[in-house]
Amino acid sequence: MFEVFGIPSQALFGQLLLGLINGSFYALLSLGLAVIFGMLDIINFTHGAQYMMGAFAAYLLLHHIGIGYWQALVIAPILIGLTGVLIERLFLKHLRNLDPLYGLLLTFGLGLVIEGLFRNYYGSSGLPYQVPEALQGGRNLGFMFLPNYRAWVIVLSLAVCFATWFAIERTRLGSYLRAATENPVLVRAFGINVPRMVTLTYGFGVGLAALAGVMAAPIYNVSPQMGSDLIIVVFAVVVIGGMGSIMGAILTGFALGIIEGLTKVFYPEASNTVIFVIMAIVLLIRPSGLFGRSA
Amino acid sequence: MERVIEPPVLARQRETSWSLTAAFVVMVAIFAIGPFVVYPVFLMKALCFALFACAFNLLIGYVGLISFGHAMFFGWASYVTAYAAKSWGWPPELAIIVGTAAAAVLGVVAGSLAIRRQGIYFAMITLALAQMLYFFALQAKFTGGEDGIQGVPRGHLFGVFDLSNEMTMYLFILVVFLAGFLLIYRIINSPFGEVLKAIRENEQRAISLGYKTERYKLVAFVLSATLAGLAGSLNSLVFQLASLTDVHWSMSGDVVLMTLLGGLGTVFGPVVGAFLVIAMENYLAPFGQWVLVIQGAIFVVCVLLFRRGIVGELAQVLRVQL
Amino acid sequence: MTPTGRLAFAVAALMCSVAAAQAQEDDVVKIGVLTDMSSLYSDIGGPGSVAAAKLAVEDFNPAAHGMKVEVISGDHQNKPDIGANLARQWYDVDHVDVIVDVPTSSVALAISEITREKNKVFLGSGPASSDLTGPKCSPNTIQWTYDTWMLANGTGKAVVKTGGDTWFFLTADYAFGQALERDTTKVVLANGGKVLGSVRHPLQTSDFSSFLLQAQASKAKIIGLANAGGDTVNAIKQGAEFGVTSGGQHFAGLLVFINDIEALSLKTAQGLVLTETWYWDMTDANRAFTKRWQASRPGKFPSMVPAGVYSSVIHYLKAVAALKSDTDGRAVVAKMKEMPTDDALFGKGSIRADGRKLHDAYLFEVKAPEESKYPGDDYKLRATIPAAEAFRPLKDGGCPLIGG
Repeated sequence: MFEVFGIPSQALFGQLLLGLINGSFYALLSLGLAVIFGMLDIINFTHGAQYMMGAFAAYLLLHHIGIGYWQALVIAPILIGLTGVLIERLFLKHLRNLDPLYGLLLTFGLGLVIEGLFRNYYGSSGLPYQVPEALQGGRNLGFMFLPNYRAWVIVLSLAVCFATWFAIERTRLGSYLRAATENPVLVRAFGINVPRMVTLTYGFGVGLAALAGVMAAPIYNVSPQMGSDLIIVVFAVVVIGGMGSIMGAILTGFALGIIEGLTKVFYPEASNTVIFVIMAIVLLIRPSGLFGRSA
Repeated sequence: MERVIEPPVLARQRETSWSLTAAFVVMVAIFAIGPFVVYPVFLMKALCFALFACAFNLLIGYVGLISFGHAMFFGWASYVTAYAAKSWGWPPELAIIVGTAAAAVLGVVAGSLAIRRQGIYFAMITLALAQMLYFFALQAKFTGGEDGIQGVPRGHLFGVFDLSNEMTMYLFILVVFLAGFLLIYRIINSPFGEVLKAIRENEQRAISLGYKTERYKLVAFVLSATLAGLAGSLNSLVFQLASLTDVHWSMSGDVVLMTLLGGLGTVFGPVVGAFLVIAMENYLAPFGQWVLVIQGAIFVVCVLLFRRGIVGELAQVLRVQL
Repeated sequence: MTPTGRLAFAVAALMCSVAAAQAQEDDVVKIGVLTDMSSLYSDIGGPGSVAAAKLAVEDFNPAAHGMKVEVISGDHQNKPDIGANLARQWYDVDHVDVIVDVPTSSVALAISEITREKNKVFLGSGPASSDLTGPKCSPNTIQWTYDTWMLANGTGKAVVKTGGDTWFFLTADYAFGQALERDTTKVVLANGGKVLGSVRHPLQTSDFSSFLLQAQASKAKIIGLANAGGDTVNAIKQGAEFGVTSGGQHFAGLLVFINDIEALSLKTAQGLVLTETWYWDMTDANRAFTKRWQASRPGKFPSMVPAGVYSSVIHYLKAVAALKSDTDGRAVVAKMKEMPTDDALFGKGSIRADGRKLHDAYLFEVKAPEESKYPGDDYKLRATIPAAEAFRPLKDGGCPLIGG
């Protein structure tokens, strides 16, 4: 046991690890947002509500159909991703040529509608969702007791983030997507169905949010407002990372989770605001974010 | 690419058109009879928010900047006024002045940080700053955190008028609202306002004509913030309470909703929008979370179909200026 | 709101606005149950409190007294401004004579002020802050069921005496949480214990991991939960996840209701020591009430809060019947303090000059799953604290109504 700046190492490492866990959620959610903004120029304020729907999907699948966590990890993102496809076809398509702020207002409104509907039906107090059997219990690491499930969260989100980055930056499909963002007309001329790619990309981004929701269900309360406060922080993360940069969103998500954890140790009063302070500073110095492409 | 705000019909006329005067007379008449027909406290709330929405509209309707953090001005002015009236025992007129001044200072600070960017980044900076101030309000001792500042005395205006009398308070709020409303109108229809509109149309051209656009935008931002703060100060005295709700981001969302619904860039749009939203929240309160659903639905419908808002569409149909 | 309803309000508002603070004479006694219908405390108060109020009106039998009584309800969502607005509107426009329940201290404090201003009655059977009968006491307010001093004294003292002498507090950052932490700290120190530290969390927190980590780092024997409802449940559940209890520390739930125990399940909550002033399974009268109450709340059990609503409403109606009027709030409250209380749920009791209702308190321990014979069989009685000792002495409160 040693001390760093007067704080016992046990507390430090413990909060760092918790920060990494939070960072996993930030990374996953900002990944979805970055994909949507990067590919589609849409600021998806509905992301928080879609995250919440993912968690509820897991809960409902378990309590009404008896489908457990492991299957929900796959089914819920697909289901909610489909609702995303619906949203894109019904609403977002019409806003393609308008100022992106209209998309922001519309998705903001959709988020309110979804949250309101769920609150009406389920009330505001949380619904319980158990940690799956295989991941219960934990491990005493010496400096803290790490529940197995939280370790799993870190592993899974790292895997998903890497897989998504790889798919977009290193595969042929990804290159079509990136090309379509740069110059949709030209890409269409090559015979690639751009509108369909746009729709599917939105659906994929939404699916990522839903996946984060399923992962959150066992540890955070499944409640209708679980998304709305988280989403603002995630937006800050995306803006810091650079809107449109996939790697930027991932790295920033984890990094900010860790920074938040450190702040909780050294200066807990500021832990809520540190991410916003960083965002304000980054925007002033580098308006396109740390890894962003265009100003 | 369509701008966020379409310039209102016939916006370039400098003389006050008959339609504006007529609408103003109607508005004053409605507010004069109002308290005898409807619960005065409800009307006072609607007036405060109408002022808030008008202030917000100054920024988005005429400068073209969408702020997602206006709650910070409304809410913090509310806290400062409440604190001054309660803990320092200041009379209402001084408490309101100091609250509004606090909002102005915040406006200068926030504005100088945010003005440098535009569009989505501007919106995000204002949102971030507002969130920082929300969490600060949550933790600061003097704001009372979750409890808020309660039992704020309304006091005696200028030592003479007892504001705990509902009708007297209503009259006071109405007078201040009309003053603010007219002030905003004056700002819009002044040389300064013309430059703002020029900046909104084409900032590059304005710069090339020699205008220091950053400065104009900052002044507009501070004006908008100050008037939003005035609305917040009044609100805290009406309800004798300043709480976290006033600085929460949903308050920022509310004012965007009001202005969007009423009509961005119209003169009376924000007033209409504010009244409708407050009325809806009031009458639907027993139905709990339907308020959220309806607010969201209004956002969606307005963006898809009624981008000009109620007053904007009305003005378009009647081919007048509103 | 129908056009006719709107017109009715318009007429009422007209009368109201012209004669500002004048009380309205009408022949209906209107009871407003202001509670948390949809969030953190909805199981503790909420629709259960409304049900209790209605049962109380039924049992009082207004017709036999020549009175008409109406019960309405509203959701304050734990926000002082929403609660205050609703209360104002109820008093000004809807002719509500008395507001009951209000399970959130910050809202209750606001309601108490407005009630005093409008000269109505506030019977708080939900809020906890002992300030309501202390510095913020009012001639229009009665705090019915419990308060933070009583909880601190009951649970706090019992825990310290059985060896839990080092404490770390996890506190909900508002009037109630801070009052509870303050009152419990006094008790811990007075009984020879030590407080090693504390951390404040925002109301309705979903993730307690970083706070629990700090609690574990402090190595305090007892982690005092100065919060309630969903926050307490979350903290205990996540505490289990992080191995708090297996590390040798214990949770002390300073305000725990039977609904929380049901949410946690006996497996997780067993052994928890808590103080309540009413338990559904203690007497036949309690059981009978519970059965009737469950008609509208199947599968749930009433905590002391709905019981308090029942008790306060009955006593209020008796006072109004004796006075033959409900318009002067102060007069009704004075009558309520004058008459000794007697109802099926709390038995005989009294109301003090500072607005504190007095009755016995009970120290319970949560049963282990094997010990529970039927649903709801959650508590075993450890001790009874007589009314005279359970609540803060009158002179210590700092209530301005009590000279000096």
